[in-house]
Amino acid sequence: MNDKIDVKEMNLTPKDFQSDQDVRWCPGCGDYSVLAQVQRVFPTLGIPKEKFVWVAGIGCSSRFPYYMNTYGMHTIHGRAPAIATGLKVTRPDLSVWVATGDGDLMSIGGNHFIHACRKNIDLKIILFNNRIYGLTKGQYSPTSEKGKITKSSPFGSVDYPFNPLSLALGSEATLVARTIDRETKHMKEMLARVAEHKGLAFLEVYQNCLIFNDGAYSDLTDKEVKSEHVVVLEHGEPLIFGKKLDKGILLDGFTPVVVDLNDGRHSVDDLWVHDEKDEGPIRAFILSHMTDSPDMPTPLGVFRQILKPTYDEGVIQQIEHVIEEQGEGNLEELLFSGNTWVVE
Amino acid sequence: MGKNNGKEIKELTDVTVMFAGDSGDGMQLTGTQFSDTTAFVGNDLSTLPDYPAEIRAPLGTTYGVSGFQLHFGSSEVYTPGDNPDVLVAMNPAALKVNLPNLKKHGIIILNVDSFDKKNLGLAKYESNPLEDNSLAGYRVFPVAITTMTIEALKDCGLKPKEVARSKNFFALGLMYWLFNRPIEPTLEWVGEKFGKNKSVVCGNSKALKAGYYYGENTQLFAARYEVAKAELPKGTYRSISGNEATALGFVAASKLSGLPLFLGSYPITPASEILHFLSKYKKYGVKTFQAEDEIAGISSAIGASFGGSLAITTTSGPGLALKTEATGLAVITELPLVIVNVQRGGPSTGLPTKTEQADLLQAMYGRNGESPVAVLAATTPSDCFYMAIEASRLALKYMAPVILLTDGYIANGAEPWRIPHVNELEKIVVKKHTEVEGFQPYERDENLSRPWAVPGTPGLEHRIGGLEKENITGNVSYDAANHDLMCHLRAEKIERMQNDIPELVVDGDQEGELLVLGWGGTYGSITEAVNSARKEGYKVSKTHLKYINPFPKNLGEILLKFDNVLIPEINLGQLAKIIRDKYLIPVIQFNKMRGLPLRTYEITEKIAEILGGAK
Repeated sequence: MNDKIDVKEMNLTPKDFQSDQDVRWCPGCGDYSVLAQVQRVFPTLGIPKEKFVWVAGIGCSSRFPYYMNTYGMHTIHGRAPAIATGLKVTRPDLSVWVATGDGDLMSIGGNHFIHACRKNIDLKIILFNNRIYGLTKGQYSPTSEKGKITKSSPFGSVDYPFNPLSLALGSEATLVARTIDRETKHMKEMLARVAEHKGLAFLEVYQNCLIFNDGAYSDLTDKEVKSEHVVVLEHGEPLIFGKKLDKGILLDGFTPVVVDLNDGRHSVDDLWVHDEKDEGPIRAFILSHMTDSPDMPTPLGVFRQILKPTYDEGVIQQIEHVIEEQGEGNLEELLFSGNTWVVE
Repeated sequence: MGKNNGKEIKELTDVTVMFAGDSGDGMQLTGTQFSDTTAFVGNDLSTLPDYPAEIRAPLGTTYGVSGFQLHFGSSEVYTPGDNPDVLVAMNPAALKVNLPNLKKHGIIILNVDSFDKKNLGLAKYESNPLEDNSLAGYRVFPVAITTMTIEALKDCGLKPKEVARSKNFFALGLMYWLFNRPIEPTLEWVGEKFGKNKSVVCGNSKALKAGYYYGENTQLFAARYEVAKAELPKGTYRSISGNEATALGFVAASKLSGLPLFLGSYPITPASEILHFLSKYKKYGVKTFQAEDEIAGISSAIGASFGGSLAITTTSGPGLALKTEATGLAVITELPLVIVNVQRGGPSTGLPTKTEQADLLQAMYGRNGESPVAVLAATTPSDCFYMAIEASRLALKYMAPVILLTDGYIANGAEPWRIPHVNELEKIVVKKHTEVEGFQPYERDENLSRPWAVPGTPGLEHRIGGLEKENITGNVSYDAANHDLMCHLRAEKIERMQNDIPELVVDGDQEGELLVLGWGGTYGSITEAVNSARKEGYKVSKTHLKYINPFPKNLGEILLKFDNVLIPEINLGQLAKIIRDKYLIPVIQFNKMRGLPLRTYEITEKIAEILGGAK
């Protein structure tokens, strides 16, 4: 068994990744889009099919593994990152993916999520964020906006939501990105980035729930308005958005400010140039928080990518180091170690 | 009877010693050293560390008392002893807590320096027991342990606080003299353990010698004691605790099966030591994952099992409760997994450092749905080694979770163990599925076990999960008849292990008036109790369960051959409940939940009560 993922030329097509099971999401669900893009991206990665594993928790999106013709495990609520951790630590040769939702990952699985990020386990976590509990038929979720009226919050939810990207950045995930179900090309790009990252990669996918939370992201997807509300992050490029690409964002101290590029007061040179490799997390954190501000566009793209040794590598290195120093363990010696005596 | 340095040597067959002091006094270390040396000179022995949950409870108080009880003898020793013959009390609180347990006319060696106003007050003594005649009837030896330790260590270059820390070695040295044991093994150990710190080596060594020579020179003791070597089977021995044996057992199972070992665990008393031991065994390829919580502990193990490792998780009662849902996932995904529960006093946080057997029903039934798992229980510290291997074997062969129950007493207690050679241990045959043709994830073999096709195997890509599985294909199925079938198959698979586990052996007459039936860690207490009842002339048989789900095949047959069945347990009757349910027979319960092993004399009394005059 290898202790890393081997990449080679593969003759695979999206069809190879389709399982024989009928997909049972509601018609029009954003999950279909994610499934289709994953099936398009996987054949391009040079990883043999049998080396992919999808692990999921509970919720609509967590049915994902059943529809992928790879190894997979549909587990219990919130625990997918922990199960995936055990798999990756023991099988570093596998490409391990987690499909999860906002209830699964941000609520019941919150602890596992932050610790998987902290340890930089080489997992790819795809969060399908529809800001609602779908499978249990429509309760507000930890990412629902405050005041959300649902079956369990008929007078409006009182809680403040989590910002998943801020949480991931605060927990030291090494790749943090966001995409949206309708932007299939962008999603493919992001999936490829996630696939190629070594370390904990976290991709938030804004995903529409047609039944219980339709239109949650319409500002970001409706043709008429989306370019006014979305800024696409490109490494080394200034933050520009707007239908006519006439708006920019500059950083005034720690505060992002939207400026008009046509009013003669600011030029492209004044704008915040995105640096996803920035060692410090501050700017990525400011970007993640722009989402919560009604005056700012929502960033899509890679917020931050840094490289540091992964947990699973560290475990293997430690074992190799000990074996190098002490030699490989001999069970007979271990059993007979310590203070022994002989009864004749 | 012999003479030694002018002092009489009295031969004893067995002795129980209690070392007691403040939780910072090093009593566990003292007791462990005395045990190791005692094992080394060839006695059989059994130990009971008994300490508070607080790391450093307030000095001098009764609730801060830490004790280490040790029973050693020249024939087989099954328990740490009901009542000590000798009490070493480092302070008034230690005396107060342990005096009620001491045998009549027992020996008390106490550190007279600590019997001052302050410490007497902390122990809530109204008058000094050394002066008020309350110790009449005991043989009391007041020794100025602190003063003499300070005197002995004056050239070691230690600070006063550090000097005081060595006084347990003085007490240990004195006990070595009293029981005629060599001090060399402990001297060697001190050298190895504290080698880098010369002044600590000096302090502990000098204190140990000072204690020993004090015994030799003082007129206080008229006699020393000798406990002859026990007749133990030939072989190489070591002293082993249950937790260490458990850890070694899993490393052995890993080698015997050819599978890498993975432990996912979260620290919890009294199970953490298994994690500590396994974390040291890196050169055996063992991977340990200290998880963020109990649930991640078992979940990571399930992930590792899916990936083809020998996967285990270790915990104690509250942790087992947290692992409940994930255990169900291992049941329905039919993955091999061993869950070790080192039982402690409950409910809730309960008595973290004390022993109990009250998680049996939790292990058997504590999950949602029909969720059968195999349940095994180890009987003694060294038996943990064999049961860890056995739990692994069953989990791997039947593709099922196995819960192994040990308890705080056997986990922390130690006994001499005749070490087996690796070639005496049976290989564990593991079949990983690689054949693509006709592969079905939930097809079953003759044991009803499904194939283990691990990720990375070309052509066997498949999905498993927590939703009900269709028989054979493993696809999600809500079909009514299929669910009924799968519930039966999962239960039947565990039942079939009956054909693969040893039949139960009855010790004593094979039929009669009374059978004592125990399980797990009460083995020692029950064995000693039955032996002593027999000595009193009672006809009583006994048998002891290590397999609880499934039970050994012949259990029902055995039960029917006796007029009465007595079940002693450290719970309110959990095995009794299962036996009644399964075999529809009346049973007599004996239940005591003191956080300690059952007292043998109480079981003997119960036997006598049942058998009345019928000797």
